[in-house]
This record gives sequence, structure tokens and C-alpha cells, in this order.
Amino acid sequence: MAGEVKVENSMALEFLSLPENVGLARVAVATFAAQVDMTLSELEEIKVAVSEAVSNAIIHGYRGEPRGIVRVTVERTSAGLVITVEDRGCGIPDVAMAMQPAYSTDPERMGLGFAFMQSFMDNLEVTSEVDRGTRVKMFKAFKGEAGK
Amino acid sequence: MQVFFSMEGKELWARVKGEVDLESADLLRRELEASLDHARPEVLLLDLEGVTFMDSSGLGVILGRYRRLKKQGGRVVICRPQPQVRRLLEISGLSKIMTIHPEGPETAGGVTDGRRS
Repeated sequence: MAGEVKVENSMALEFLSLPENVGLARVAVATFAAQVDMTLSELEEIKVAVSEAVSNAIIHGYRGEPRGIVRVTVERTSAGLVITVEDRGCGIPDVAMAMQPAYSTDPERMGLGFAFMQSFMDNLEVTSEVDRGTRVKMFKAFKGEAGK
Repeated sequence: MQVFFSMEGKELWARVKGEVDLESADLLRRELEASLDHARPEVLLLDLEGVTFMDSSGLGVILGRYRRLKKQGGRVVICRPQPQVRRLLEISGLSKIMTIHPEGPETAGGVTDGRRS
């Protein structure tokens, strides 16, 4: 990811922090990703990662408040896709703790959102500031034909 | 997301179809809870063949029902998950605490009490 890389294509999507927009976000990103030769399995991985990041923004960033704005951007370079999910919500006081598997404040949730993002993407960066918001930046490297 | 229920002896079958994410997880949870309250089964069999997408919101619903059934001496069996869902079950560790069965209601009747050969 380091160094100057040329962005070949990009997209941006902004929507209200409503649960029905989780599907919109993952389908939009997967459709964008499918412009290059990615396997179905890779597209499924991207869909799960986006779904988790957007769900976190809605549940934790905006605490279920439906008037927040979630912004999803995707940049395609020759190396892969950079997917960023941002909210301007409450932020995460301790990012390292929040990223631990099975960390969840809700017994009905598994606390595996970040674990899935880490498993399915090649790089994950989370930056957050209390009362300012959270930015999740994920990188999916192209393998095979798309990466040549 | 849709869920269809049927009762076979002490087994409650829940056939789930569609995408299970943050939007649909609450509905799935409510439907399962209502049917569990009504049917009081020993075993909940979740047929996931028709589930085309699932994330951790869906896994949370499954885990919650597993905890409920376990407390009552029952259990949850997952049937026919698609590869994407199966992978999540494995990464999350749910596949270690629940049985994953390759068959659905048409052929797997009685999977839990040994009636099936």
C-alpha cells in the first residue's frame, strides 16, 4: 500500500445509518469489485468485510441512531482495492480492545466483526477519535489475472 | 429474509431463506423466539440451504438460540449451510459447539434421535 499508486477507478457512497443500507453498501462495493477479475470467493469475502464495517458504524458509531451518515469509498489500483468505511459517530475509546475477537457489549452479538475483516482482507487499519468518529480502511490485494 | 417452520416430533425445523445481516437479524431472532416459545422443542434444526449471505449479525442470532436451548437441555443443529456461511461457522468456532448436518428436512428427519440410518 505504500508509495504513490495510481488510482484506476473509484467510487463513493453516502447513506443514512439505517440497517437496510448494509445490503446496499456490500452489493455496491462487490459490483464495483467485480469490474476486475476476482473470484466469487473473493467477492464474498469483500461483502462480509463491508457488511461488518458498515454494521459497526450503525450499531456502535451511531448507537442505532438513524440520522448519522456512513461514507463508503473504494479505490482500485493495479495492486488491489482500498475500501474505506467512515462514520462521524461516537468513536471507539480503545481500538485495540474493540478489535479483540469475541469482544462485544451485546450478548446477542459475537464480537467477530473485526476478526472477519482481518480474516477476509489483506490489511486492516482502524483509526478512531471519541466523539469524532471512526475510519476503517481495508485493502484487498489482487491475485491471479487481476493483479497482473 | 424468510423463515418457514415445521415440527417433527420434538424437533423444530426452521428453514431460512435469503440474506441474514443487520437488517434481517432482528426479524429472524423474533421469529425463532416465538416458535421456540410455542413449540418447546428439544432440538432446533436450522436449515440454511437457502441463505445466500450471512455475517456476524446472523451468527449472533444462532449463538443466542444455542445458549437458550442449551440452558433448557436442548441443542441446535445446523443443516446444509452454503460454503460462505460454512466458512463463517468455522472461523467463528460455532461449528465446534454445534453439529453441522449435510441434509435437510426432506431426508434428515429424526437426525437427532437416531431414527435415520
